Amino acid sequence: MEMKQTRGKQENPNRSGVSTANVQIMPAMDMSGSAYGTEENRPLAAYEKPGYELCGYVDRFLETEAGPVPSVRRVLDKADRLSTIAVRCGIRRHNYLVSPGLYGIGKPDTGSEVLVTANYKLTFDHLRSALGNVSAWILVLDTRGVNVWCAAGKKTFSTRELVNRIRAVSLETVVTHRRVIVPQLGATGVSARQVREQSGFRVVYGPVRACDIPAFLNNGRKADKQMRQVTFPLFDRFVLTPVEIHSALKPMGITVLVLLILSGIGPSFFSFQEAWDRGGTALLALAAGFLSGAVLTPVLLPFLPSRKFAFKGVVTGSLCAAALLPVLVPAVGSFTGAAALYIFSVMVSSHLAMNFTGATPFTSPSGVEKEMKQYIPLQMAGVLVSAGLWIYSAF
Amino acid sequence: MKDFRYLEDVATLVLDEEKCIGCGLCTEVCPHAVFEMNQNRAKIVDFNACMECGACVSNCPADAISVSPGVG
Ligand code: SF4
Ligand code: SF4
Repeated sequence: MEMKQTRGKQENPNRSGVSTANVQIMPAMDMSGSAYGTEENRPLAAYEKPGYELCGYVDRFLETEAGPVPSVRRVLDKADRLSTIAVRCGIRRHNYLVSPGLYGIGKPDTGSEVLVTANYKLTFDHLRSALGNVSAWILVLDTRGVNVWCAAGKKTFSTRELVNRIRAVSLETVVTHRRVIVPQLGATGVSARQVREQSGFRVVYGPVRACDIPAFLNNGRKADKQMRQVTFPLFDRFVLTPVEIHSALKPMGITVLVLLILSGIGPSFFSFQEAWDRGGTALLALAAGFLSGAVLTPVLLPFLPSRKFAFKGVVTGSLCAAALLPVLVPAVGSFTGAAALYIFSVMVSSHLAMNFTGATPFTSPSGVEKEMKQYIPLQMAGVLVSAGLWIYSAF
Repeated sequence: MKDFRYLEDVATLVLDEEKCIGCGLCTEVCPHAVFEMNQNRAKIVDFNACMECGACVSNCPADAISVSPGVG
């Protein structure tokens, strides 16, 4: 250590050459000495363990009765932001997680609040950057890298996990009060009464949105009505669309194949040329339905008529397909063929729009079931009619 | 949520007002303001906003609430 330090500070007269005196192999090896670990650039060296890498969002460690607790930064760095974008786009969807356990933010002490959250890194990042200047403990549950609401629905954000995690981190030695703040959207998986019975900690339900936490705490841990209600703003609807696109890709791939095969059927029984030509036009119709159902409908959701998502999809699908007609009609060369593609677009859009019910925070499963019972037969019939017309139009 | 409403009369939410002990927890956990307290008893004020998430059910200390999506 000492040798490295003196070396780092040493002025090197042979910066650009090879010197036998300093045993310098490459000039770059001695550049300002920053490649060497010093007290200044590796202040957390004492906490390093072989085989572990320190997370970028940890800035120091807090000594507590229960041992050292990592303290996290409030400000997201470039790496956090870049990976957020990647996750949103579906490039890195899995294993984007934070180790479950106890963290600190700011200067928490034995009287500070304990904020419970999920170990999905996006959720964790969102929380730590939304706290203003609040000092608190953050208890991260193991939700297998899934956000609070979805995890509560799947019961991984649960009474049991919370109770076990409270025990595992010896929370009772870190804080003197007996209270944890659980995000309201986690309530589906948690029973406040059971948590108290099993751990001695009282569950206080915090606001729906992390950005309301400072106000909630200032308000004596009381949330007003607006903090308790879920909203579904444009941005939220928009960031969900890559997920929709992602989950629709596989069935879309199969559909592409079927379309190409159907398009090849004609007077000469099967023609690859036709499969290519007519198939290309059919794919255009598919793409229109896809964009309309998986992107346009979610984004325009509140402005579209009807409460039924499947019908909203019919509306956007009709508009998109209509916009495409000037291209479709000359490409297909027949009214029947264009009609087939039009119907097809609308049905694809309707189906994908209906799928989006699974991603919204206000659709009841009973309602979705009702809608599906009504619209799936319709959509299937529509697709069959369209396929019939499409084949017919080839003759 | 006022701008987003889903289908009416489909939710399976049932509140047994007799059992309610008036703790108010259901009004805290519901993300759609379905309940309100009325003379120390919970009352359903916006039935059609219920998305059957079950938060009220798992937190009601008196087992006064139920939802059963997927049944019927
Ligand atoms: S099931 Fe969910 S949305 Fe319905 S009343 Fe209970 S908490 Fe509210
Ligand atoms: S949670 Fe149960 S006991 Fe408490 S107010 Fe609501 S219905 Fe009544």
